[in-house]
Amino acid sequence: MEQKLFDTNVQWIKYKVLKEVIRRAYEGGLENAYVEIPKIIVPGPKAELRCCIYKERAVVQERIHMAMGGNKENPNPVQVMETACDECPAAGMMVTDACRGCMMHACKDVCPKDAITIVGHRCVIDRSRCIECGRCAQACPYSAIIAQKRPCMKSCKVKAISINSDDKAVIDNNKCISCGACVYKCPFGAISDRSLVLDIIDILKNSDEGRRYRVYAVVAPAIVSQCRFGRVTQVVTAIRRLGFHQVVEAALGADITLYNEALEFAEKTKADPNAVMTTSCCPAFVSFVEKNFPELKGAVSSSVSPMVMAARLIKSSDPTAKVVFIGPCAAKKGEYTLEKTKGLIDSVMSFEELQAFVDARGIVTTECEDTELDNASYYGRIFAKSGGVAQGVAHVAQELGVEGVRSIAMNGIDQCRTALTLLRAKKQTANFFEGMACDGGCIGGPLCITHSPRNIVDVDEYGNQAKEKGIGGSVELYKLALRREGGEK
Amino acid sequence: MIIKVCVGSSCHLKGSYDVIEAFKRVLKKYDVEDLVDLQASFCLGHCAKGVNAGCEGIKPAASGSAVQPTDEGFILHGVNEENAEELFANEIYPSLNIN
Repeated sequence: MEQKLFDTNVQWIKYKVLKEVIRRAYEGGLENAYVEIPKIIVPGPKAELRCCIYKERAVVQERIHMAMGGNKENPNPVQVMETACDECPAAGMMVTDACRGCMMHACKDVCPKDAITIVGHRCVIDRSRCIECGRCAQACPYSAIIAQKRPCMKSCKVKAISINSDDKAVIDNNKCISCGACVYKCPFGAISDRSLVLDIIDILKNSDEGRRYRVYAVVAPAIVSQCRFGRVTQVVTAIRRLGFHQVVEAALGADITLYNEALEFAEKTKADPNAVMTTSCCPAFVSFVEKNFPELKGAVSSSVSPMVMAARLIKSSDPTAKVVFIGPCAAKKGEYTLEKTKGLIDSVMSFEELQAFVDARGIVTTECEDTELDNASYYGRIFAKSGGVAQGVAHVAQELGVEGVRSIAMNGIDQCRTALTLLRAKKQTANFFEGMACDGGCIGGPLCITHSPRNIVDVDEYGNQAKEKGIGGSVELYKLALRREGGEK
Repeated sequence: MIIKVCVGSSCHLKGSYDVIEAFKRVLKKYDVEDLVDLQASFCLGHCAKGVNAGCEGIKPAASGSAVQPTDEGFILHGVNEENAEELFANEIYPSLNIN
């Protein structure tokens, strides 16, 4: 596989480490991983990124640690690798040499805090007054003022990242929603999601090729945008060759989520015509509400996420089954351990990890035969994009005769915050809120291999290819499962 | 007994949901809804021969080409909306031992 498969070089290095760890888990040599892999990734003798190859190798050791599960004491799947953190400058608004000390001094005029003075033909910013609003940078005709912010802190919409006394980034778990934005945005790859891939390999190995129990892969619909090399149907074959019994679309669970949410909405609005409801499928969004809008917690739908629902259907039909979710999401690596998930998900693998796994096992996706993947409807499949759930609920509500749905799609945490602030101030006309933490929805997830603008086109096309145009069939399966769980027969 | 209709991708594309509906109608018609538990399964492992329906806790009444014995009972291959009733009547119903 080539580097161009990934958006960034950071992903490429992460992939190479993962692949080497996975290969060793099968072929032996895992016990020497910390000694041998750094030398493979950083052969030397010249350092390319850091001060010397020994520091570079120390960083690789931290990556190996994350590939093998990271700090298991830390409940947050998103973790900082201290050695890898390059201690980026974070001086705030800074005047560069491009400042000409001009006559206009637009910077001074726009500053809302009077933090700017012109001293000796140069703009000077008083740090004690500056609130880093950035207006001076926008106003300067020479673009002479820049905002020197750490990319991790800039990417974090919930302000969970700070700098400790050693200048290293630190994540505050009380604020962090595990969305993983910083994982994708840190230019030194110093923040990463914990990999559970060794657990998954154990699950697969212990299944004795399906004789002891069967292992199912539940794949997120965003997978369709990730298949630049090979078709989705070939990726399904590749996943099965890893030892999975069957691949099931998480979108099947999404169909049922739509059904449940439409019914729940009807129930809530019947009891109180002014009731509002938010979606619950995005775990980072749910965490965002819990931590930032606790008074709106009751408005979050009680439906389990599509991932969990798909696993429930599988385990209802095959009680000893193990289920591994494969998706673009860092927060799912936290969600699967939550009490409300009831142990239905046994582990979570990212698209990045899937690529490393397939390649480590020597499976060439483009040479695989096609295996169909079709369990869900059009509506379940478009859950992957922002606006998809709102569109689905509107449709299902109409089919079920539920009236009065006024939906809004909140795309990314900034939009979620704005819309929920208005809701809290009772200035919202909408009553159904779709919340997705990642910009663009799951197709913009941090653990996607690619984040191309084409992804949304792929999702729409994939939705249209579904055999089922409505959710009726999926709901039928759900009812069969409910009856079984209820033990009526 | 249990009938598990495969709803894996391959069988689904061949019409699993229609087969489930057909079996529902048939179970009602023969008045055996209390004796037969209709369920779904994600892949019975015979994708090329779908739609498959696993029958558990019962022995096949006759052994046609569409029937494959398993540890739990047998699997019916190539079930569709049209032949569901016939397969039920020939392979399953006689073994339910209803007087």
